Amino acid sequence: MFKGKAHKVGAHIDTDAIIPAKFLVTTDPKELGANCMSGLEPGWVDRVKSGDIMVAEENFGCGSSREHAPVSILGAGIPVVVAHSFARIFYRNGFNMGLTLLEIGDEVKKINDGDELEVDAEAGIIKNLTSGETIQCLPVPPFMRGILEKGGLASYVKDRLAAKA
Amino acid sequence: MRHALAQKILQRRCDQEVGAPGEIVRCRLSLVLANDITAPLAIKSFEKMGAAALFDKDKVVFVCDHFTPNKDIASAEQVKFTREFARKMGMTHYFEGGEVGVEHALLPELGLVGPGDVVIGADSHTCTYGGLGAFATGMGSTDIAGGMALGETWFKVPPSIKVVLDGELGEWIGGKDLILALIGKIGVAGALYKALEFTGPVASELSIEGRMTMSNMAIEAGGKVGLFPSDKKTLEYAAAHNRPGAEEIHPDEGAEYEREVVIDASSLSPQVACPHLPENVKPVEECKDIRIDQSVIGSCTNGRIEDLRVAAAILKGKKVDKNVRLIVLPATPTIWKQALKEGLIETFMDAGAVVGPATCGPCLGGHMGILAGGEKAIATTNRNFKGRMGSLESEVYLAGPAVAAASAITGVITHPKDV
Ligand code: SF4
Repeated sequence: MFKGKAHKVGAHIDTDAIIPAKFLVTTDPKELGANCMSGLEPGWVDRVKSGDIMVAEENFGCGSSREHAPVSILGAGIPVVVAHSFARIFYRNGFNMGLTLLEIGDEVKKINDGDELEVDAEAGIIKNLTSGETIQCLPVPPFMRGILEKGGLASYVKDRLAAKA
Repeated sequence: MRHALAQKILQRRCDQEVGAPGEIVRCRLSLVLANDITAPLAIKSFEKMGAAALFDKDKVVFVCDHFTPNKDIASAEQVKFTREFARKMGMTHYFEGGEVGVEHALLPELGLVGPGDVVIGADSHTCTYGGLGAFATGMGSTDIAGGMALGETWFKVPPSIKVVLDGELGEWIGGKDLILALIGKIGVAGALYKALEFTGPVASELSIEGRMTMSNMAIEAGGKVGLFPSDKKTLEYAAAHNRPGAEEIHPDEGAEYEREVVIDASSLSPQVACPHLPENVKPVEECKDIRIDQSVIGSCTNGRIEDLRVAAAILKGKKVDKNVRLIVLPATPTIWKQALKEGLIETFMDAGAVVGPATCGPCLGGHMGILAGGEKAIATTNRNFKGRMGSLESEVYLAGPAVAAASAITGVITHPKDV
């Protein structure tokens, strides 16, 4: 369960907006997080508190296949992104890096910047505490939750292998 | 639930019920692929995972095809790193040297991929195997490493677009013209994240090679996969290529499709994709008089024996224009030998072509035919992005082997009926 303030961004936010190429010299989540969304608006991240929620319109994360993009969002303290839809590679990379993603289609219109949200990824329920509305979506399936609980695909695989040995 | 072809194939390798588009399913992998550019990254991720062994040393394949024979020190180091890992892991299918072919031509030929397989590859044109009825798609290094270690991965079930290939295949029209016509119609994002499912009379009529040419470019429309049903023809191909006992796979009657697109083959001229996007498609007549400096026949799109036969029939007894370099790269050693046996290599050389080894080479601007600033090429490859074949100031036009051969003779983009 996640609870935090919604930070709304637009449609077709690409990976260069999420983390510009000039910051790719590191893989450290904190450093990447400090520059999260700086390609959209310098200093964007300053208004984010740890545990806050990113809300995006369609095709979030389009562009390159850089895994730094979801890492920078996590590094900024944002554990979950709710979007109309995600770009394919970002969608894979997000879960693989340990970032929870929920697709809600047009229901995204029911969330405004600054709304307080409560997100139950397991049940697929988003409560907008500000407006009182509830949004139902496809839950994150158990398999993906398994990856998320481990913090991403690399540690998920590591643990699976250790369990086999 | 009634399944489109994509769900139908996934279900074969999935223990849970495969449901509607958008759902996430976990599938057992038939094969995991990487090449000389992507294997090193995947190996590094694999090591980060603390993995000590491959899930199956017969089911992870490395093909060093992009820069081989190694073109410089950096590529030699990459291949060396890949080779050492393959040896350490005891991999059965590591390809280099005289065994190497362009990966997506090589694997079907060896029967390493076949109908009903679920395949992931660290290469965007892994979707080629959809021509055989395999659910095959490209992924990044962490995903590939996970596949190498566990032999499974997750997929989000894609929505399907039904592509009806209608009418009849005219003379000079092949799989390349059909797929270019489709990309011209729906655009480079027209199938984003979706499955293209090919059907209709022309889909059945197409050879397996022609089908693979079409599936190969599904990614150029943004597609996740491009699928043909596995039919009688597929089974014949499979049986002749080391995959006996394959099964037919068809979509369920009444399956749901997000949309339907019809391509009427009868009305098509040979198609050309102009710079710098595969969606800038025009009939060859509208490109006529564009002067070219190079013509490339090869790649995972159109470097198969059928393509070489089409090109040789046009080049037979003719000469390549003095201002054009014609480069022919048969896509695998087997294709090379077959072309030699049929006299095609001699035809190419008599016409004045350079015939090179089985390699990706100029397709990605790697080596063996790089363009200088201001130069133009016609190529049977699959991407014409800015600088794809060399200088950022060069231009690539994509076409099938017939147009590439005819244009090499005249020095300008030419309809094959005019030579
Ligand atoms: S031939 Fe071209 S498109 Fe095909 S695998 Fe090689 S570089 Fe990629």
